[in-house]
Amino acid sequence: MFEFYMNHILTIITFLPLLGAIFLLFVPRERESFHRNFTLALTLAVFILSLPVFFQFDASSAAFQFEEKADWFPSLGISYHLGVDGISLLMVMLTTFLTPIVILSSWTAITRRVKEYMIVFLMLETGMLGVFLALDLFLFYIFWEGMLIPMYFIIGVWGGPRRIYAAIKFFLYTMFGGVLMLVAILTLYFLHAKQFGFYTFDYTQLNQLLLSSKAQMWLFLAFALAFAIKVPMFPFHTWLPDAHVEAPTGGSVILAGILLKMGTYGFLRFCLPFFPNASHDFIGLISILAVIGIIYGALVSMVQPDLKKLVAFSSVSHLGFVMLGIFALNTIAVQGSIIQMVNHGLSTGALFLIVGMIYERRHTRMIADFGGLAKQMPIFVTFFMIITLSSIGLPGLNGFIGEFLILLGTFKAHKIYAILAATGIIFAAVYMLWMFQRVNFGPLDKPENEKLQDLNWREIATLVPIVLFCFWIGWYSKTFLGKTEASVEQLLQNVKAKQERIISLEQAMGSGQVKWVLNQVSEE
Amino acid sequence: MEIVLPDIQLRTVLPHIVLVIFACALPLLPLFFRKIQRDLLALIAIAGLFLSFFFLISFWNQDLSGFGGMVIMDNFALAFSVIFVIGGVLAVLLSLNHVENEYLNYGDFYGMLFFALVGMMWMVSSTHLLVIFLGLEVLSISLYVLAGIRKMRADSVESSLKYFLLGAFATGFFLYGVALLYGATGSLDLVNIRAYFARHGFSGVLAIAGTALLLIGFSFKAAFVPFHMWTPDVYQGAPTPVTAFMSSGAKGAALAALLRVIMAGLPIGQPEWNALLWMLAVLTMTVGNILAIVQSNVKRMLAYSSIAHAGYLLVGVLAASKLGQTAVLFYMLVYTFMNLGAFGVISYFGASNREEHLNLEDYRGLGYKYPFASLAMAIFMFSLAGVPPTGGFAGKFYLFNAAVQAGYVWLVIIAVLNSVISAYYYLRVVVNLYMRDPERDVVVPKAHIALSFALILAIFGVLQMGILPAKIFHLFQYSVLALK
Repeated sequence: MFEFYMNHILTIITFLPLLGAIFLLFVPRERESFHRNFTLALTLAVFILSLPVFFQFDASSAAFQFEEKADWFPSLGISYHLGVDGISLLMVMLTTFLTPIVILSSWTAITRRVKEYMIVFLMLETGMLGVFLALDLFLFYIFWEGMLIPMYFIIGVWGGPRRIYAAIKFFLYTMFGGVLMLVAILTLYFLHAKQFGFYTFDYTQLNQLLLSSKAQMWLFLAFALAFAIKVPMFPFHTWLPDAHVEAPTGGSVILAGILLKMGTYGFLRFCLPFFPNASHDFIGLISILAVIGIIYGALVSMVQPDLKKLVAFSSVSHLGFVMLGIFALNTIAVQGSIIQMVNHGLSTGALFLIVGMIYERRHTRMIADFGGLAKQMPIFVTFFMIITLSSIGLPGLNGFIGEFLILLGTFKAHKIYAILAATGIIFAAVYMLWMFQRVNFGPLDKPENEKLQDLNWREIATLVPIVLFCFWIGWYSKTFLGKTEASVEQLLQNVKAKQERIISLEQAMGSGQVKWVLNQVSEE
Repeated sequence: MEIVLPDIQLRTVLPHIVLVIFACALPLLPLFFRKIQRDLLALIAIAGLFLSFFFLISFWNQDLSGFGGMVIMDNFALAFSVIFVIGGVLAVLLSLNHVENEYLNYGDFYGMLFFALVGMMWMVSSTHLLVIFLGLEVLSISLYVLAGIRKMRADSVESSLKYFLLGAFATGFFLYGVALLYGATGSLDLVNIRAYFARHGFSGVLAIAGTALLLIGFSFKAAFVPFHMWTPDVYQGAPTPVTAFMSSGAKGAALAALLRVIMAGLPIGQPEWNALLWMLAVLTMTVGNILAIVQSNVKRMLAYSSIAHAGYLLVGVLAASKLGQTAVLFYMLVYTFMNLGAFGVISYFGASNREEHLNLEDYRGLGYKYPFASLAMAIFMFSLAGVPPTGGFAGKFYLFNAAVQAGYVWLVIIAVLNSVISAYYYLRVVVNLYMRDPERDVVVPKAHIALSFALILAIFGVLQMGILPAKIFHLFQYSVLALK
């Protein structure tokens, strides 16, 4: 029994939520508390079931672990292939960890259409886990696009006044990037067959492909566009504020906590190893966009009157750091990026929860409507403060580790970007602390705020686990970084080796030929 | 003089004969048995379809041919015929939910539907241009009648007349093309035509003009842009089950015949002709999708969307490979399921004793009032938009995959961007169903059990082909081997 479980652990955690969603379809709508309890229990169970993935994970190996592979559509080279390595491990854990918290946070915030809400959240969890675990590009794409449907409903049905606009914008933006990636996937598949003589969508097989730098450039652009929209990187970020502001609290938490990470994960998983030369060529462009994102996001956050919008724009800034770290292409920075992905999921997720809590009480998110909450809601403000400090990277809390590693690694690679990006941290301190001050300190001069209740046990229960992890990562990040190190080193070595190999192959062939695939035969 | 009779082999047309017998019997039954229930009539019709289906299946892999080689029941013809029969079954099921008090003679309706089916099956099961023409005409004339079958309604009659006039034009083009090709090559059989072109090369005014006219004829029937003008009005005016049947079946038949003609005879495959088809595909997708965006009537919107889908199918035709043909077949089947399913929901929501609810605005908030039908509609819409894990995605994936392999990367990029455009208007339906509160109370009469059955069948088809497509795909892959 246990052995069977360990052999299929990834499939089980991925599809258990979907099964739960199908089950809920047949439960009458009126039994709202059953829907809530069932979903919470199920997502908690998924979290507990996913723990062995973390604890049994062999940190010394860079290979994919807990792999599962089965034929799905053999004649087209499509297989059902799941696996986890150091790069996806933390993302998977973050997903299973945040989902029950989100369900718990929606306990009283969602009062209408509870059944449907729980169903789409369960579907969403399956989609998110699938994206991080899929090792077949066809399967990956199915999860990547399929996940849009539940998120679209979450924004569109339970969102704010402009929810429909935001939902459609979110859907079309992401789909636009996605379909171009699909063309790139098909091209890759075709080129692989040209080089190796058989068709496959398997990640490890496609990774063997040696593409000419011209081919790499086009394919990189198509993949990068899809991921950059998801991250979102600077010029492609315009869907994000709308989606975040209109989404219900749970939706925002998942959106910031996990969905955005799919973009950065995609860069690490696909762009770097598949297109090493193109990645190298685009370091400048992407780093500049990342730095612009960091500073622009911070500046826009500073002037936001709306708490939720402020947090949304701060995501643009934080994700800029992650992108910068990934494209520094050294172990320290990439490790920092991965841990920063987790950090952002925790602290920004928690910030959205906090904004949601205050919104549920006051039905406004305007900073100007608050002031002096510290006297009225001490527990709330304590949590708020810890999370704020974690978000701006105070040493001892999680944010510091990520930003420090990223800046250290980037400084080694490109000094100027690191210096510019560091200003972003200062800005972050400005907008976060200023916001914190205006909301929580000063006189309690609004009569509506005098009646505010402090957090109840359920709300505390949603924040405590996050805060615990903020401290854990802040004090002993080795628990997590240790798991990722081998994979990251291996990844960067492969990227470098492949890049040099392609350069030498291209030089050997001479510059006259323009080819898409480099034949290994031509080596001799 | 001795007249040599060709080898007739009546067995080969058994599926057609069955349908013709039923087509004649179904309009007569209500005359003899005045009390006959329409449900019973529908049941008899479905029995007929199953009989025909059974014969089709039993012919699998036998490569039958009859009438001196003019009728060919190879696996390609069988696969398409089976898809048409499935479409016919769904159309019969949908028709039962039609507005109660509206005058509709079910006997006539099923009779004409069956004749249309026979025409479609003929179109795909021959390489002889005259037989293809015969099928085309049988199909078209039945459809003219079907479009105007609600004879008391002005829009229905308008639809019928418009379709008839433009259809006659198309027929003229087609026939003219056939005549010119005969003049150029001295044969009407595509096999001989190909042999002729192989010997003498594809040149001369007659051959080129003939091919072009033939292509125009097909374009009219399959509603490629710029030959699509009739589609929206006709689709809107025709009764919903007929629209459903027309937009998937008739279009499929025209495309299948086109595929057969391209593969079997005409040298469309040369750069100039490919460029022409390329343009047709791009125009058809783009114009169809863009015009669909501005529609407020759901039926009209789906009419334009069906134009766009013909464009996607043309991408597969253009790929001109076994993979592309398989993908066309696969997409045809998915499209039959999702399109007929969507029209099924439209006819369900539209059916009301006083007025029809066909506007997007009427759908507001129905998602919570009629959860099953709305869920079905949402699934069909996501599938039409090509979002995984539905069959619509799988179908597009195979089409585009084939096109990329054939080197049409730019065409595929245009096609996928078109999918994004189309997602916008498909999503609007979902938005109205689930995300907006109703302005007025729309009450829908209880659905006929047959409709629920049809919807379940369609959902099953769409999801099955999206999640576990391998078996069906292999069958189709095998069946296109018949195209040489």
